[in-house]
Amino acid sequence: MNLHEYQAKALLSSHGVTVPEGLVISTDTVSDMPDSLPESLNGTWVVKAQVHSGARGKAGGVVLARSEAAVAAAARDLVGRRLVTAQSGPEGLPVDQVLVEPGAEIRREFYLAMAVDRERQRVVMIASSQGGMDIEAVAAESPESIKRVVINPTVGLQAYQARELAFAMDLSGTQIREFVALASRAYETFIRSDASLLEINPLAELGDQTLSVLDAKIAIDDNAAYRHTALWDERDVNQEDPAEREAIDHGLNYVSLDGDIACMVNGAGLAMATMDLIKHAGGRPANFLDVGGGTSAAKVTEAFKLILRNARVEAILVNIFGGIVRCDLIAEGIIEAAREVALEVPTVVRLAGTNAEIGRQMLSESGLNLIAEDDLATAAEAAVARAKQHRGADA
Amino acid sequence: MSILVDADTRVICQGFTGKQGTFHSEQARAYGTRLVGGVTPGKGGQTHLGLPVFDTVADAVHETGATASMIYVPAPFAADSILEAADAGVEVIACITEGIPVLDMVRIKAVLAQDYPEVALIGPNCPGLITPDSCKIGIMPGAIHRQGAVGIVSRSGTLTYEAVAQTTTAGLGQSTCVGIGGDPVGGLDFIDCLARFADDPQTELVLMVGEIGGDAEEAAADYIRAGYPKPVVAYIAGATAPSGKRMGHAGAVISGGKGTAEAKKAALRDAGVHVVESPADLGTTAARVLGRAPERGAV
Repeated sequence: MNLHEYQAKALLSSHGVTVPEGLVISTDTVSDMPDSLPESLNGTWVVKAQVHSGARGKAGGVVLARSEAAVAAAARDLVGRRLVTAQSGPEGLPVDQVLVEPGAEIRREFYLAMAVDRERQRVVMIASSQGGMDIEAVAAESPESIKRVVINPTVGLQAYQARELAFAMDLSGTQIREFVALASRAYETFIRSDASLLEINPLAELGDQTLSVLDAKIAIDDNAAYRHTALWDERDVNQEDPAEREAIDHGLNYVSLDGDIACMVNGAGLAMATMDLIKHAGGRPANFLDVGGGTSAAKVTEAFKLILRNARVEAILVNIFGGIVRCDLIAEGIIEAAREVALEVPTVVRLAGTNAEIGRQMLSESGLNLIAEDDLATAAEAAVARAKQHRGADA
Repeated sequence: MSILVDADTRVICQGFTGKQGTFHSEQARAYGTRLVGGVTPGKGGQTHLGLPVFDTVADAVHETGATASMIYVPAPFAADSILEAADAGVEVIACITEGIPVLDMVRIKAVLAQDYPEVALIGPNCPGLITPDSCKIGIMPGAIHRQGAVGIVSRSGTLTYEAVAQTTTAGLGQSTCVGIGGDPVGGLDFIDCLARFADDPQTELVLMVGEIGGDAEEAAADYIRAGYPKPVVAYIAGATAPSGKRMGHAGAVISGGKGTAEAKKAALRDAGVHVVESPADLGTTAARVLGRAPERGAV
């Protein structure tokens, strides 16, 4: 679950991190002139589109306003629009809120982040003097400019570790103490919120040499959502892909891709392997879809509906390894689902495991456009061949 | 021989009287696992599936001499169950539960490393482990396994079954199969299992099933390159997964070009591992490497 910038800053603030004073203007309030803008020392404000994507500035999602009227105009322009960024996909993301903050005189920009590092199996905090830009590019070009510390969960972030980061960032004087406090409170925020990612980029040094959290990103571990119901209830579901969101509601795991051969598989690893097989046979997968290790007829029906919403799909490959779930039950579900959705797209079904033979026989005798296979590679080749035929018939 | 568990291993189930615990306990017993009881706090003294129920793991270990546990308790309580088992002296803990918050596992790993370094934790979010015809601790379908020569270690669930079925079809069978799970922070890794398979006389070849994300496969490649005594066949799932997209497992996220299928395959090949491009070739490749003609036949 991703938080918006304004939500991330509120969360940091609730754990004692100082963040700029901000005003959120949403769809409901955008038609009124904002009555009390945060105080600006230099008479400028920044109006920032709240979308779950980076690279907002380049996409026109961050506007510098030099008067209160300009703030209102920028807000009216952004709210209700879709913002297309380098990370959002061509459809872009809806802007339902903007965050207005006072403009700041920035002397330097730093990067500060933490995440669970699966190599070390611990939370790692990283900092860089090269903030405000794409950190992956920094990591690739000048890895020495990124300093990392590994945090022992028993004692948490230690002051010496925060100081190591501060010195690597070339901070000095009172900034060191200020940074140590900020880093400790950010770590507390991370732990207490069950975050999977917390990123402050940029962390800025202002004209008066104090540090300021100019932008913040927080992602919360979905597995821990039950411990953070308030955050969960406030999440902006409009930022998520509708098909992917609906999949989650049905207990399915769906990611749309750009090929034309849909797949439906039980288990994430086998689903990735099935996509690899389609590619290996010369085709391109239209999606990743994991219906779960133990699946049901109802889930299979929902999965077919989800797949068929993609108009590009020319063939479907179903790959089920029946373990605890029996293949004859799965075959029954597939036949039911195929009838319910009036399945026309050629569908190759590969069943293996418990009662696979009975399942395949049921599919073959169903009178539907279902091609039963038992071999993994043959099934993928059949799906690719059928897609080609179907494409030809369309043309 | 086998690794981790065998026909004499005494097993308990945590979350014994729940729906999952009950179902998979029945399956394990039907397979021949020496299940000696279970734990459900507050139900101690009762009998379930004809076996004793205990309030605590300590009681269960004391009364039954169990050395292995399978955990089916819901995610919010699973971290606690792992530590309870470790503290009671259980040696092999298979945590099947999925959806445990990752920071819970970060803390558990640190405590296990500090206080219980001898414990072998398998999972969480895994199918468990099985020594064919002897001991099944997990949710895998027992019928596809055969006693044999291949040690299997995998980050995946159903893809592991695929590997198992292919080695069975090829007439090779398995010594022990360990599903180590796909979560970012977990128990035994590839190297831990490779080391155990190296010492197991029954295991003639190790089959590794990895996937994109993290660097566990690269680390395993370094380990194998340093002089692994047995042949290794590997498949890495996710070559076609687009970068930055989540593919089901929290672990399967590529970041900054690291942990891609290509990088992992290259590292493994460089270490002398037989890397297969197609998951359909796992069984036949293992048979070829062992110099045995694969037999054809349905599982």
